[in-house]
Amino acid sequence: MRYSGFKVIKEALSGHKGWKPAWREPDPKPHYDIVIIGGGGHGLATAHYLAKVYKQKNIAVIEKGWIGGGNVGRNTTIIRSNYLLDGNEPFYEFSLKLWEGLEQDLNYNAMVSQRGIMNLIHSDAQRDAFVRRGNAMILNGADAEYLNEAQIRKEYPFLKFDDQRFPIKGGLAQRRGGTVRHDAVAWGYARSADSHGVDIIQNCEVTGFKIENGVCKGIETSRGFIGADKVGCAVAGNSGRLMGMAGMRLPIESHVLQAFVSEGLKPVLPGVITFGAGHFYVSQSDKGGLVFGGDLDGYNSYAQRGNLPVVEDVCEGGMAIMPMIGRARLLRMWGGIMDMSMDGSPYIDKTHIEGLYFNGGWCYGGFKATPASGYTFAHLLANDTPHETATAYRLDRYKTGHMIDEKGQGNQPNLH
Amino acid sequence: MIINHPLLGPRDSAEFVYMGDARLIERPDPESDTVAEQFHDYAYLRDNPAGTLRELWFHEGGDRSWLVVTRDTRTHEISKVELARDVARSKGRSK
Ligand SMILES: Cc1cc2nc3c(=O)[nH]c(=O)nc-3n(C[C@H](O)[C@H](O)[C@H](O)COP(=O)(O)OP(=O)(O)OC[C@H]3O[C@@H](n4cnc5c(N)ncnc54)[C@H](O)[C@@H]3O)c2cc1C
Repeated sequence: MRYSGFKVIKEALSGHKGWKPAWREPDPKPHYDIVIIGGGGHGLATAHYLAKVYKQKNIAVIEKGWIGGGNVGRNTTIIRSNYLLDGNEPFYEFSLKLWEGLEQDLNYNAMVSQRGIMNLIHSDAQRDAFVRRGNAMILNGADAEYLNEAQIRKEYPFLKFDDQRFPIKGGLAQRRGGTVRHDAVAWGYARSADSHGVDIIQNCEVTGFKIENGVCKGIETSRGFIGADKVGCAVAGNSGRLMGMAGMRLPIESHVLQAFVSEGLKPVLPGVITFGAGHFYVSQSDKGGLVFGGDLDGYNSYAQRGNLPVVEDVCEGGMAIMPMIGRARLLRMWGGIMDMSMDGSPYIDKTHIEGLYFNGGWCYGGFKATPASGYTFAHLLANDTPHETATAYRLDRYKTGHMIDEKGQGNQPNLH
Repeated sequence: MIINHPLLGPRDSAEFVYMGDARLIERPDPESDTVAEQFHDYAYLRDNPAGTLRELWFHEGGDRSWLVVTRDTRTHEISKVELARDVARSKGRSK
Protein backbone atom coordinates (compact mmCIF):
# COMPACT_ATOMS: atom_id res chain seq x y z
CA MET A 1 0.00 0.00 0.00
CA ARG A 2 1.42 3.38 -1.00
CA TYR A 3 0.79 6.29 1.34
CA SER A 4 -0.37 9.58 -0.14
CA GLY A 5 -2.46 12.63 0.67
CA PHE A 6 -5.24 11.14 -1.42
CA LYS A 7 -5.11 7.92 0.62
CA VAL A 8 -5.35 9.85 3.90
CA ILE A 9 -8.44 11.70 2.70
CA LYS A 10 -10.01 8.54 1.38
CA GLU A 11 -9.44 6.75 4.70
CA ALA A 12 -10.69 9.74 6.66
CA LEU A 13 -13.95 9.60 4.71
CA SER A 14 -14.35 5.83 5.09
CA GLY A 15 -13.71 5.54 8.83
CA HIS A 16 -10.04 4.51 8.65
CA LYS A 17 -10.94 0.90 8.03
CA GLY A 18 -8.59 0.32 5.11
CA TRP A 19 -5.18 0.73 6.82
CA LYS A 20 -3.09 -2.42 6.89
CA PRO A 21 -0.12 -3.35 9.09
CA ALA A 22 3.03 -1.73 7.70
CA TRP A 23 4.95 -5.01 7.72
CA ARG A 24 4.23 -8.73 8.06
CA GLU A 25 5.12 -10.91 11.05
CA PRO A 26 6.57 -14.01 9.37
CA ASP A 27 7.99 -17.07 11.10
CA PRO A 28 11.68 -17.65 10.44
CA LYS A 29 12.52 -19.87 7.46
CA PRO A 30 15.17 -22.58 7.93
CA HIS A 31 17.60 -20.82 5.60
CA TYR A 32 18.24 -17.37 4.13
CA ASP A 33 20.84 -16.06 1.70
CA ILE A 34 21.53 -13.12 3.99
CA VAL A 35 20.63 -12.68 7.64
CA ILE A 36 20.99 -9.30 9.35
CA ILE A 37 21.16 -9.40 13.15
CA GLY A 38 19.67 -6.33 14.81
CA GLY A 39 16.43 -4.57 13.90
CA GLY A 40 17.69 -1.08 14.69
CA GLY A 41 18.08 1.68 12.13
CA HIS A 42 21.24 0.22 10.67
CA GLY A 43 20.00 -3.36 10.33
CA LEU A 44 16.70 -2.32 8.75
CA ALA A 45 18.40 0.15 6.41
CA THR A 46 20.84 -2.57 5.36
CA ALA A 47 17.94 -4.87 4.48
CA HIS A 48 16.18 -2.09 2.53
CA TYR A 49 19.23 -1.25 0.39
CA LEU A 50 20.17 -4.93 -0.06
CA ALA A 51 16.75 -5.63 -1.52
CA LYS A 52 16.09 -2.38 -3.35
CA VAL A 53 19.49 -1.21 -4.59
CA TYR A 54 21.56 -4.40 -4.65
CA LYS A 55 18.67 -6.64 -5.78
CA GLN A 56 19.43 -9.39 -3.26
CA LYS A 57 16.72 -11.91 -2.41
CA ASN A 58 15.86 -14.16 0.53
CA ILE A 59 16.86 -11.80 3.35
CA ALA A 60 15.85 -11.72 7.02
CA VAL A 61 16.34 -9.21 9.83
CA ILE A 62 16.50 -10.86 13.26
CA GLU A 63 15.59 -8.68 16.25
CA LYS A 64 15.60 -9.85 19.86
CA GLY A 65 12.94 -7.38 21.02
CA TRP A 66 10.80 -5.15 18.84
CA ILE A 67 12.21 -3.11 15.99
CA GLY A 68 13.12 0.42 16.97
CA GLY A 69 13.40 -0.43 20.68
CA GLY A 70 17.17 0.08 20.71
CA ASN A 71 19.22 3.19 20.09
CA VAL A 72 17.37 4.14 16.93
CA GLY A 73 14.40 5.01 19.15
CA ARG A 74 16.49 6.48 21.97
CA ASN A 75 18.72 9.06 20.35
CA THR A 76 18.41 12.84 20.25
CA THR A 77 17.66 12.70 16.50
CA ILE A 78 20.40 15.01 15.21
CA ILE A 79 21.69 14.59 11.67
CA ARG A 80 24.70 16.44 10.22
CA SER A 81 27.84 15.88 8.16
CA ASN A 82 30.31 18.15 9.91
CA TYR A 83 33.35 15.93 10.21
CA LEU A 84 36.98 16.82 9.58
CA LEU A 85 38.81 13.68 8.51
CA ASP A 86 38.92 12.12 5.05
CA GLY A 87 37.88 8.69 6.29
CA ASN A 88 34.67 10.15 7.73
CA GLU A 89 33.45 13.21 5.87
CA PRO A 90 32.59 11.65 2.47
CA PHE A 91 30.66 8.92 4.29
CA TYR A 92 28.62 11.32 6.44
CA GLU A 93 27.94 13.62 3.50
CA PHE A 94 26.72 10.60 1.52
CA SER A 95 24.44 9.90 4.47
CA LEU A 96 23.08 13.44 4.59
CA LYS A 97 22.31 13.26 0.86
CA LEU A 98 20.44 10.01 1.43
CA TRP A 99 18.45 11.68 4.25
CA GLU A 100 17.47 14.41 1.81
CA GLY A 101 15.78 11.89 -0.48
CA LEU A 102 14.76 9.38 2.16
CA GLU A 103 11.06 10.04 2.45
CA GLN A 104 10.53 9.76 -1.31
CA ASP A 105 12.68 6.62 -1.42
CA LEU A 106 10.69 4.99 1.40
CA ASN A 107 7.27 6.57 0.71
CA TYR A 108 7.21 7.30 4.44
CA ASN A 109 7.12 10.52 6.42
CA ALA A 110 10.21 10.45 8.63
CA MET A 111 9.89 14.17 9.39
CA VAL A 112 13.35 14.97 8.05
CA SER A 113 13.78 18.59 9.10
CA GLN A 114 16.81 20.52 7.82
CA ARG A 115 16.53 23.20 10.44
CA GLY A 116 20.30 23.64 10.68
CA ILE A 117 22.88 22.84 13.32
CA MET A 118 25.31 25.24 14.95
CA ASN A 119 28.48 24.44 16.89
CA LEU A 120 29.36 27.31 19.20
CA ILE A 121 32.86 28.82 19.36
CA HIS A 122 34.33 30.42 22.49
CA SER A 123 38.00 31.09 21.78
CA ASP A 124 40.44 31.91 18.98
CA ALA A 125 41.86 28.40 19.01
CA GLN A 126 38.40 26.91 18.70
CA ARG A 127 37.60 29.29 15.86
CA ASP A 128 40.68 28.15 13.96
CA ALA A 129 39.75 24.51 14.47
CA PHE A 130 36.14 25.02 13.38
CA VAL A 131 37.04 27.08 10.33
CA ARG A 132 39.45 24.34 9.30
CA ARG A 133 36.71 21.79 9.77
CA GLY A 134 34.29 23.93 7.76
CA ASN A 135 36.81 24.04 4.92
CA ALA A 136 37.22 20.25 5.03
CA MET A 137 33.45 19.92 4.82
CA ILE A 138 33.23 22.23 1.82
CA LEU A 139 36.07 20.36 0.10
CA ASN A 140 34.01 17.20 0.48
CA GLY A 141 30.91 18.73 -1.05
CA ALA A 142 29.09 19.52 2.19
CA ASP A 143 27.89 22.97 3.28
CA ALA A 144 29.44 24.93 6.10
CA GLU A 145 29.16 28.53 7.17
CA TYR A 146 31.10 30.55 9.72
CA LEU A 147 28.94 32.93 11.74
CA ASN A 148 30.24 35.76 13.89
CA GLU A 149 28.82 36.75 17.24
CA ALA A 150 26.44 39.37 15.82
CA GLN A 151 24.95 36.90 13.38
CA ILE A 152 24.36 34.36 16.15
CA ARG A 153 22.80 37.02 18.38
CA LYS A 154 20.29 37.62 15.63
CA GLU A 155 19.31 33.97 15.27
CA TYR A 156 19.62 32.89 18.90
CA PRO A 157 19.23 36.02 21.06
CA PHE A 158 18.50 34.01 24.21
CA LEU A 159 21.89 32.29 24.49
CA LYS A 160 24.28 33.39 27.21
CA PHE A 161 26.79 35.41 25.18
CA ASP A 162 28.71 37.03 28.02
CA ASP A 163 29.58 34.05 30.15
CA GLN A 164 32.90 34.58 31.95
CA ARG A 165 34.31 31.19 31.12
CA PHE A 166 32.72 30.47 27.71
CA PRO A 167 31.66 33.72 26.02
CA ILE A 168 30.13 33.02 22.60
CA LYS A 169 32.49 34.31 19.90
CA GLY A 170 31.02 32.67 16.82
CA GLY A 171 29.75 29.43 15.43
CA LEU A 172 30.10 26.90 12.65
CA ALA A 173 26.72 26.32 11.05
CA GLN A 174 25.61 23.55 8.76
CA ARG A 175 22.25 24.63 7.35
CA ARG A 176 21.48 21.23 5.82
CA GLY A 177 21.83 19.51 9.20
CA GLY A 178 18.81 19.08 11.45
CA THR A 179 16.63 16.44 13.04
CA VAL A 180 14.59 13.41 11.97
CA ARG A 181 11.78 11.59 13.78
CA HIS A 182 13.83 8.60 14.95
CA ASP A 183 11.17 5.88 15.31
CA ALA A 184 9.81 6.73 11.89
CA VAL A 185 13.21 5.91 10.44
CA ALA A 186 13.02 2.37 11.81
CA TRP A 187 9.41 1.98 10.72
CA GLY A 188 9.95 3.47 7.28
CA TYR A 189 12.92 1.22 6.51
CA ALA A 190 11.08 -1.80 7.93
CA ARG A 191 8.02 -1.16 5.82
CA SER A 192 10.07 -0.70 2.67
CA ALA A 193 12.27 -3.75 3.31
CA ASP A 194 9.17 -5.84 4.01
CA SER A 195 7.54 -4.69 0.80
CA HIS A 196 10.66 -5.89 -1.05
CA GLY A 197 10.23 -9.35 0.48
CA VAL A 198 12.53 -9.08 3.52
CA ASP A 199 11.36 -11.13 6.54
CA ILE A 200 11.48 -9.02 9.69
CA ILE A 201 11.51 -11.41 12.62
CA GLN A 202 10.93 -9.82 16.01
CA ASN A 203 11.20 -11.39 19.47
CA CYS A 204 13.97 -13.65 18.22
CA GLU A 205 17.27 -13.39 20.10
CA VAL A 206 20.50 -14.59 18.55
CA THR A 207 22.25 -16.83 21.07
CA GLY A 208 25.16 -18.17 19.04
CA PHE A 209 26.79 -18.73 15.67
CA LYS A 210 27.37 -21.98 13.85
CA ILE A 211 30.95 -21.72 12.66
CA GLU A 212 32.64 -24.65 10.94
CA ASN A 213 36.25 -24.54 9.72
CA GLY A 214 36.26 -20.78 9.84
CA VAL A 215 33.02 -20.43 7.88
CA CYS A 216 29.80 -19.08 9.37
CA LYS A 217 26.87 -21.36 8.46
CA GLY A 218 24.08 -19.68 10.38
CA ILE A 219 22.81 -18.54 13.74
CA GLU A 220 21.32 -20.12 16.84
CA THR A 221 18.30 -18.19 18.06
CA SER A 222 15.59 -18.37 20.70
CA ARG A 223 13.36 -19.59 17.86
CA GLY A 224 15.74 -22.27 16.61
CA PHE A 225 18.60 -22.55 14.15
CA ILE A 226 18.52 -20.35 11.05
CA GLY A 227 20.95 -21.17 8.25
CA ALA A 228 22.54 -18.36 6.23
CA ASP A 229 25.14 -17.90 3.51
CA LYS A 230 26.04 -14.51 4.91
CA VAL A 231 25.41 -13.01 8.35
CA GLY A 232 25.66 -9.25 8.94
CA CYS A 233 25.77 -8.05 12.55
CA ALA A 234 24.43 -4.57 13.38
CA VAL A 235 23.55 -4.63 17.07
CA ALA A 236 25.12 -1.34 18.22
CA GLY A 237 25.63 -1.43 22.01
CA ASN A 238 25.40 -5.21 22.09
CA SER A 239 28.28 -5.68 19.62
CA GLY A 240 30.75 -6.91 22.24
CA ARG A 241 28.28 -9.43 23.55
CA LEU A 242 27.21 -10.73 20.14
CA MET A 243 30.65 -10.97 18.56
CA GLY A 244 31.88 -12.61 21.77
CA MET A 245 29.63 -15.52 20.76
CA ALA A 246 31.80 -15.82 17.63
CA GLY A 247 34.93 -15.78 19.79
CA MET A 248 35.90 -12.20 18.91
CA ARG A 249 37.19 -9.46 21.21
CA LEU A 250 36.41 -6.08 19.72
CA PRO A 251 37.96 -2.61 19.85
CA ILE A 252 34.73 -1.48 21.54
CA GLU A 253 33.40 -0.70 25.01
CA SER A 254 29.68 -0.36 25.80
CA HIS A 255 28.66 2.80 27.63
CA VAL A 256 25.35 4.38 28.56
CA LEU A 257 24.31 7.76 27.14
CA GLN A 258 21.27 9.61 28.47
CA ALA A 259 18.72 11.78 26.71
CA PHE A 260 16.28 14.29 28.19
CA VAL A 261 13.02 15.88 27.09
CA SER A 262 11.31 18.85 28.71
CA GLU A 263 7.62 19.55 28.83
CA GLY A 264 6.14 20.85 25.57
CA LEU A 265 6.75 24.53 24.87
CA LYS A 266 5.78 26.90 22.11
CA PRO A 267 8.47 27.16 19.42
CA VAL A 268 11.52 28.77 21.03
CA LEU A 269 14.51 27.08 19.43
CA PRO A 270 14.77 27.23 15.64
CA GLY A 271 17.68 24.84 15.04
CA VAL A 272 20.10 22.52 16.80
CA ILE A 273 22.68 24.08 19.14
CA THR A 274 25.79 22.28 20.31
CA PHE A 275 27.86 23.64 23.18
CA GLY A 276 30.87 21.32 22.89
CA ALA A 277 32.90 23.05 25.58
CA GLY A 278 30.19 22.32 28.14
CA HIS A 279 29.08 18.97 26.68
CA PHE A 280 25.52 19.99 25.94
CA TYR A 281 23.36 19.95 22.82
CA VAL A 282 19.70 20.79 22.34
CA SER A 283 16.94 21.00 19.78
CA GLN A 284 13.17 21.34 20.00
CA SER A 285 10.91 18.55 18.79
CA ASP A 286 7.83 19.24 16.70
CA LYS A 287 5.72 18.42 19.76
CA GLY A 288 7.50 21.26 21.55
CA GLY A 289 9.73 19.41 24.00
CA LEU A 290 13.31 20.55 24.32
CA VAL A 291 15.38 17.46 23.49
CA PHE A 292 18.85 17.57 24.98
CA GLY A 293 21.82 15.55 26.11
CA GLY A 294 25.45 15.65 27.07
CA ASP A 295 28.19 13.28 28.12
CA LEU A 296 28.31 9.55 28.62
CA ASP A 297 27.98 8.34 32.19
CA GLY A 298 31.57 7.26 31.66
CA TYR A 299 31.82 3.63 32.77
CA ASN A 300 30.96 0.40 30.96
CA SER A 301 27.25 -0.24 31.21
CA TYR A 302 24.53 -2.43 29.77
CA ALA A 303 21.85 -0.80 31.95
CA GLN A 304 19.62 1.26 29.65
CA ARG A 305 19.36 3.98 32.27
CA GLY A 306 21.88 6.44 33.62
CA ASN A 307 22.90 7.85 36.97
CA LEU A 308 22.25 11.20 38.63
CA PRO A 309 25.68 12.92 38.51
CA VAL A 310 25.42 13.10 34.70
CA VAL A 311 21.85 14.44 34.90
CA GLU A 312 23.19 17.27 37.03
CA ASP A 313 26.14 17.82 34.69
CA VAL A 314 23.92 17.99 31.59
CA CYS A 315 21.51 20.40 33.25
CA GLU A 316 24.43 22.61 34.32
CA GLY A 317 25.58 22.66 30.71
CA GLY A 318 22.11 23.76 29.66
CA MET A 319 21.95 26.51 32.28
CA ALA A 320 25.40 27.75 31.28
CA ILE A 321 24.54 28.31 27.64
CA MET A 322 20.77 28.75 27.53
CA PRO A 323 19.61 29.97 30.96
CA MET A 324 15.94 30.05 29.98
CA ILE A 325 15.99 26.26 29.96
CA GLY A 326 15.84 26.50 33.77
CA ARG A 327 12.20 27.55 33.49
CA ALA A 328 11.20 24.34 31.71
CA ARG A 329 10.42 21.19 33.63
CA LEU A 330 12.09 17.92 32.72
CA LEU A 331 9.44 15.51 31.52
CA ARG A 332 11.31 12.32 30.78
CA MET A 333 14.76 10.84 30.39
CA TRP A 334 16.25 7.51 29.39
CA GLY A 335 19.50 5.85 28.40
CA GLY A 336 20.83 3.83 25.49
CA ILE A 337 23.87 1.60 25.19
CA MET A 338 26.56 2.99 22.91
CA ASP A 339 29.15 0.94 21.09
CA MET A 340 32.13 3.22 21.82
CA SER A 341 35.12 2.49 19.59
CA MET A 342 38.81 3.11 20.24
CA ASP A 343 39.12 6.11 17.93
CA GLY A 344 35.53 7.36 17.92
CA SER A 345 34.85 6.08 14.39
CA PRO A 346 32.82 3.05 13.29
CA TYR A 347 33.57 -0.31 11.66
CA ILE A 348 31.91 -1.71 8.52
CA ASP A 349 33.97 -4.72 7.60
CA LYS A 350 34.28 -8.45 7.04
CA THR A 351 35.51 -10.43 10.02
CA HIS A 352 38.19 -13.12 9.89
CA ILE A 353 35.32 -15.65 9.81
CA GLU A 354 34.05 -16.22 6.27
CA GLY A 355 30.45 -15.21 5.79
CA LEU A 356 30.39 -13.10 8.97
CA TYR A 357 30.27 -9.32 8.58
CA PHE A 358 30.34 -6.62 11.22
CA ASN A 359 28.83 -3.14 11.48
CA GLY A 360 29.31 -1.26 14.77
CA GLY A 361 31.37 1.13 16.84
CA TRP A 362 28.95 4.00 16.16
CA CYS A 363 29.59 5.76 19.44
CA TYR A 364 26.88 8.37 19.91
CA GLY A 365 26.81 9.50 16.33
CA GLY A 366 25.25 6.57 14.60
CA PHE A 367 21.76 7.92 13.99
CA LYS A 368 22.86 10.42 11.35
CA ALA A 369 24.83 7.58 9.75
CA THR A 370 21.82 5.27 9.43
CA PRO A 371 21.19 5.61 5.66
CA ALA A 372 24.85 5.46 4.64
CA SER A 373 25.61 2.71 7.13
CA GLY A 374 22.81 0.61 5.68
CA TYR A 375 23.79 1.43 2.11
CA THR A 376 27.49 0.70 2.52
CA PHE A 377 26.93 -2.41 4.65
CA ALA A 378 24.55 -3.70 1.98
CA HIS A 379 27.25 -2.98 -0.61
CA LEU A 380 29.78 -4.97 1.39
CA LEU A 381 27.39 -7.88 1.92
CA ALA A 382 26.38 -7.99 -1.74
CA ASN A 383 29.79 -7.46 -3.36
CA ASP A 384 32.36 -8.44 -0.73
CA THR A 385 34.14 -5.14 -1.34
CA PRO A 386 33.72 -1.93 0.68
CA HIS A 387 31.62 0.92 -0.71
CA GLU A 388 33.80 3.82 -1.87
CA THR A 389 32.70 6.03 1.03
CA ALA A 390 33.40 3.37 3.67
CA THR A 391 36.87 2.09 2.82
CA ALA A 392 38.44 3.44 6.02
CA TYR A 393 36.16 1.61 8.46
CA ARG A 394 38.33 -1.46 8.83
CA LEU A 395 38.51 -3.57 11.96
CA ASP A 396 42.30 -3.87 11.69
CA ARG A 397 43.02 -0.15 11.34
CA TYR A 398 44.81 0.09 14.69
CA LYS A 399 47.21 -2.59 13.50
CA THR A 400 47.94 -0.77 10.28
CA GLY A 401 48.09 2.66 11.91
CA HIS A 402 45.06 4.11 10.13
CA MET A 403 42.89 5.18 13.03
CA ILE A 404 40.29 7.88 12.36
CA ASP A 405 40.38 9.91 15.55
CA GLU A 406 38.43 13.16 14.98
CA LYS A 407 39.19 14.46 18.46
CA GLY A 408 42.70 13.09 18.86
CA GLN A 409 41.75 11.45 22.14
CA GLY A 410 43.50 8.12 21.67
CA ASN A 411 42.29 4.69 22.70
CA GLN A 412 40.05 5.82 25.57
CA PRO A 413 36.48 5.08 24.43
CA ASN A 414 34.69 7.12 27.09
CA LEU A 415 36.40 10.30 25.86
CA HIS A 416 35.21 10.10 22.25
CA MET B 1 27.29 4.70 42.71
CA ILE B 2 29.41 4.22 45.85
CA ILE B 3 32.85 2.62 45.67
CA ASN B 4 34.10 1.13 48.90
CA HIS B 5 37.73 2.24 48.81
CA PRO B 6 39.98 -0.28 50.65
CA LEU B 7 41.81 2.53 52.49
CA LEU B 8 39.27 5.37 52.65
CA GLY B 9 35.95 3.59 52.94
CA PRO B 10 32.83 4.40 50.92
CA ARG B 11 33.38 7.15 48.32
CA ASP B 12 31.16 8.67 45.63
CA SER B 13 32.12 7.32 42.19
CA ALA B 14 32.13 10.92 40.91
CA GLU B 15 35.50 11.34 42.68
CA PHE B 16 37.02 8.79 40.31
CA VAL B 17 38.21 8.67 36.71
CA TYR B 18 37.37 5.53 34.77
CA MET B 19 39.89 3.54 32.71
CA GLY B 20 37.94 0.34 31.85
CA ASP B 21 38.93 -3.32 31.52
CA ALA B 22 41.51 -4.16 34.23
CA ARG B 23 43.51 -6.25 31.78
CA LEU B 24 45.40 -3.00 31.18
CA ILE B 25 47.45 -3.96 34.26
CA GLU B 26 48.85 -6.88 32.31
CA ARG B 27 51.23 -5.04 30.04
CA PRO B 28 52.80 -7.43 27.51
CA ASP B 29 56.47 -8.30 27.59
CA PRO B 30 58.25 -5.80 25.32
CA GLU B 31 60.94 -8.40 24.56
CA SER B 32 58.48 -10.93 23.18
CA ASP B 33 58.70 -12.08 19.53
CA THR B 34 55.06 -11.20 18.86
CA VAL B 35 55.30 -7.82 20.53
CA ALA B 36 53.41 -5.85 17.85
CA GLU B 37 50.48 -8.24 17.91
CA GLN B 38 50.43 -8.34 21.70
CA PHE B 39 50.56 -4.58 22.13
CA HIS B 40 47.80 -4.13 19.55
CA ASP B 41 45.54 -6.46 21.49
CA TYR B 42 46.58 -4.87 24.78
CA ALA B 43 45.96 -1.31 23.65
CA TYR B 44 42.88 -1.72 21.47
CA LEU B 45 40.84 -4.82 22.33
CA ARG B 46 38.63 -4.92 25.39
CA ASP B 47 36.64 -7.38 27.43
CA ASN B 48 33.13 -5.94 27.24
CA PRO B 49 30.78 -8.35 29.02
CA ALA B 50 27.19 -7.77 30.08
CA GLY B 51 27.80 -8.98 33.61
CA THR B 52 30.84 -9.10 35.86
CA LEU B 53 33.73 -6.91 34.76
CA ARG B 54 37.01 -6.12 36.54
CA GLU B 55 37.88 -2.53 35.80
CA LEU B 56 40.29 0.24 36.70
CA TRP B 57 39.18 3.37 38.57
CA PHE B 58 41.57 6.19 39.51
CA HIS B 59 40.78 8.13 42.67
CA GLU B 60 41.64 11.50 41.19
CA GLY B 61 39.51 13.49 43.61
CA GLY B 62 40.97 11.62 46.56
CA ASP B 63 44.15 9.75 47.40
CA ARG B 64 45.11 9.22 43.72
CA SER B 65 45.33 5.48 44.05
CA TRP B 66 44.30 3.09 41.29
CA LEU B 67 41.63 0.56 42.20
CA VAL B 68 40.44 -2.66 40.59
CA VAL B 69 36.67 -2.69 40.99
CA THR B 70 34.63 -5.81 40.22
CA ARG B 71 31.21 -4.62 39.08
CA ASP B 72 28.17 -5.97 37.26
CA THR B 73 27.69 -3.85 34.13
CA ARG B 74 23.93 -4.53 34.13
CA THR B 75 23.12 -3.58 37.73
CA HIS B 76 26.23 -1.57 38.79
CA GLU B 77 26.47 -3.81 41.85
CA ILE B 78 30.05 -3.80 43.13
CA SER B 79 31.23 -7.11 44.56
CA LYS B 80 34.90 -6.40 45.22
CA VAL B 81 37.32 -3.47 45.43
CA GLU B 82 41.10 -3.95 45.53
CA LEU B 83 44.10 -1.69 45.28
CA ALA B 84 45.49 -2.09 41.76
CA ARG B 85 48.94 -2.15 43.36
CA ASP B 86 48.05 -5.31 45.27
CA VAL B 87 46.61 -6.92 42.15
CA ALA B 88 49.76 -6.14 40.17
CA ARG B 89 52.00 -7.45 42.92
CA SER B 90 50.02 -10.65 43.22
CA LYS B 91 50.80 -11.19 39.54
CA GLY B 92 54.49 -11.06 40.35
CA ARG B 93 55.11 -7.44 39.42
CA SER B 94 57.58 -5.62 41.68
CA LYS B 95 57.45 -2.01 42.95
C1 LIG C 1 20.71 9.04 24.23
C2 LIG C 1 21.25 8.87 22.84
C3 LIG C 1 21.39 9.99 22.02
C4 LIG C 1 21.91 9.86 20.73
N1 LIG C 1 21.93 10.96 19.93
C5 LIG C 1 22.32 10.84 18.64
C6 LIG C 1 22.22 11.96 17.76
O1 LIG C 1 21.71 13.04 18.14
N2 LIG C 1 22.68 11.84 16.50
C7 LIG C 1 23.22 10.67 16.06
O2 LIG C 1 23.65 10.62 14.91
N3 LIG C 1 23.28 9.57 16.85
C8 LIG C 1 22.84 9.62 18.13
N4 LIG C 1 22.87 8.51 18.95
C9 LIG C 1 23.48 7.26 18.44
C10 LIG C 1 22.55 6.40 17.59
O3 LIG C 1 21.28 6.32 18.19
C11 LIG C 1 23.15 4.99 17.43
O4 LIG C 1 24.51 5.07 17.07
C12 LIG C 1 22.44 4.16 16.37
O5 LIG C 1 21.04 4.21 16.55
C13 LIG C 1 22.91 2.72 16.44
O6 LIG C 1 22.46 1.92 15.37
P1 LIG C 1 21.05 1.13 15.38
O7 LIG C 1 19.97 2.10 15.13
O8 LIG C 1 21.18 0.04 14.41
O9 LIG C 1 21.02 0.58 16.87
P2 LIG C 1 19.83 -0.09 17.71
O10 LIG C 1 18.55 0.58 17.47
O11 LIG C 1 20.31 -0.19 19.11
O12 LIG C 1 19.74 -1.52 17.03
C14 LIG C 1 20.41 -2.68 17.46
C15 LIG C 1 19.36 -3.75 17.64
O13 LIG C 1 20.01 -5.02 17.82
C16 LIG C 1 19.20 -5.78 18.67
N5 LIG C 1 19.99 -6.88 19.25
C17 LIG C 1 20.99 -6.79 20.15
N6 LIG C 1 21.47 -8.01 20.46
C18 LIG C 1 20.75 -8.89 19.72
C19 LIG C 1 20.76 -10.32 19.62
N7 LIG C 1 21.61 -11.07 20.32
N8 LIG C 1 19.86 -10.91 18.78
C20 LIG C 1 18.99 -10.15 18.05
N9 LIG C 1 18.94 -8.80 18.12
C21 LIG C 1 19.81 -8.18 18.95
C22 LIG C 1 18.72 -4.77 19.72
O14 LIG C 1 17.56 -5.23 20.38
C23 LIG C 1 18.49 -3.53 18.87
O15 LIG C 1 17.15 -3.38 18.47
C24 LIG C 1 22.35 8.59 20.25
C25 LIG C 1 22.20 7.48 21.08
C26 LIG C 1 21.65 7.60 22.35
C27 LIG C 1 21.46 6.38 23.20
